[in-house]
Amino acid sequence: MGKNTPDESGTAALVELLSGVCDPEIPVLTLQDLGVLRDVSIADGLVTVTITPTYAGCPAMDTMRRDIEDTLAAAGYKQVTVQTCLKPAWTTDWMSDSGREKLRAYGIAPPARLASPSTAPCGVEQAGGIACPQCDSDQVEQISEFGSTACKALYRCQDCREPFDYFKCL
Amino acid sequence: MKSLDKTTALIDYCIALGDDSLILGHRLSEWSSNAPFLEEELALTNVALDFIGRARMFYSYAAEVEDNGRSEDDIAYLRDCREYRNFLINELPNGDFAVTMARQLLVDAYDMGFFTELLQSRDPTLGAIAAKAIKESRYHLRRSTEWVKRLGDGTGESHRRIQHAFDQLWGYAEEMFGQANEEQLLIDAGIAVDRRMLKQNWESSVHAAMTAATLTIPDGEWAIGGGRDGIHTEHLGYLLAELQFMQRAYPGQKW
Repeated sequence: MGKNTPDESGTAALVELLSGVCDPEIPVLTLQDLGVLRDVSIADGLVTVTITPTYAGCPAMDTMRRDIEDTLAAAGYKQVTVQTCLKPAWTTDWMSDSGREKLRAYGIAPPARLASPSTAPCGVEQAGGIACPQCDSDQVEQISEFGSTACKALYRCQDCREPFDYFKCL
Repeated sequence: MKSLDKTTALIDYCIALGDDSLILGHRLSEWSSNAPFLEEELALTNVALDFIGRARMFYSYAAEVEDNGRSEDDIAYLRDCREYRNFLINELPNGDFAVTMARQLLVDAYDMGFFTELLQSRDPTLGAIAAKAIKESRYHLRRSTEWVKRLGDGTGESHRRIQHAFDQLWGYAEEMFGQANEEQLLIDAGIAVDRRMLKQNWESSVHAAMTAATLTIPDGEWAIGGGRDGIHTEHLGYLLAELQFMQRAYPGQKW
């Protein structure tokens, strides 16, 4: 398989390639972990990748789109369309278990599971079960409902006193 | 009244909804580096981003339906005041923090009612946009309700300021419950929301929040509108001059 020759074995190869594309803000999470990558297909050499936005105004989406295009171009796929689908609306419930574990290991408390995704968001204070990613204590307090990005809130552990980000459920 | 075909009506409708979002998003972004404390710095700009994201979705859909080469950026940056169709309440200056949060309560309560209905739209893209927007509006409404309560049932100074804010803004709310030129056609087609039907629930929601905040509901003796017809307050011109500055100074420039 030459460097500039696309692998002809279809979608499986594409998915494998795209498994390296990560969230630019949270680089431990792949687009699959996030549930942002919805579909990949190839027909007559034209690759179509379907992604769904997390928050409406998330500025990372444009970067993710370019990263997808760059990754595929570097692997020899010259004809790529990245399209966005809005429906069904992205929910944190689509985040994979491995994604949640990676977040926790990175120092971000993962989103609580929603009781009912269609009535999201849960209020941050209703979420319960938020554990400190450093020491695992459940004695945590919210400092700010809004953090460094639209998707995160700022918490502090009352045991180890470390602050941490919480990925809000949506 | 000009008569419209459904496609043109849909484009106009989407652009108007995008205008509401972009103008308010811009106003909220003006708090960046000016917020009263760091937590609000993050909060107000995050909420601004939600509105700007919403504008992008509406404008992009309008451009897609229009299909004549115009992009979301062209729609945002290449129209002047008379072509903008946002509600007047969104273009008003931020004033002090009380004015900003009073305006936010009035708009957030409206958005919750509006997007609840738009979820049922026969247009799947509008329904999908509503599904995303409503989740964020729930956060917004909870936030503005809590702030109004804190300010109203706060100190003498905060109470005075938030009461004054509602007194000044009240007459701008009525416009949200009207009907624009293109809407009846779209309402009949099950695509658009009949905004006139939203007022009662809005009043209940807002009155409850204000009463809990020990505030007086203003008289409602005057009301002003015109936004959907492109007739704006004196504020929009200055706002667009800033928002569109780069395109005006360097026409056609791209990143």
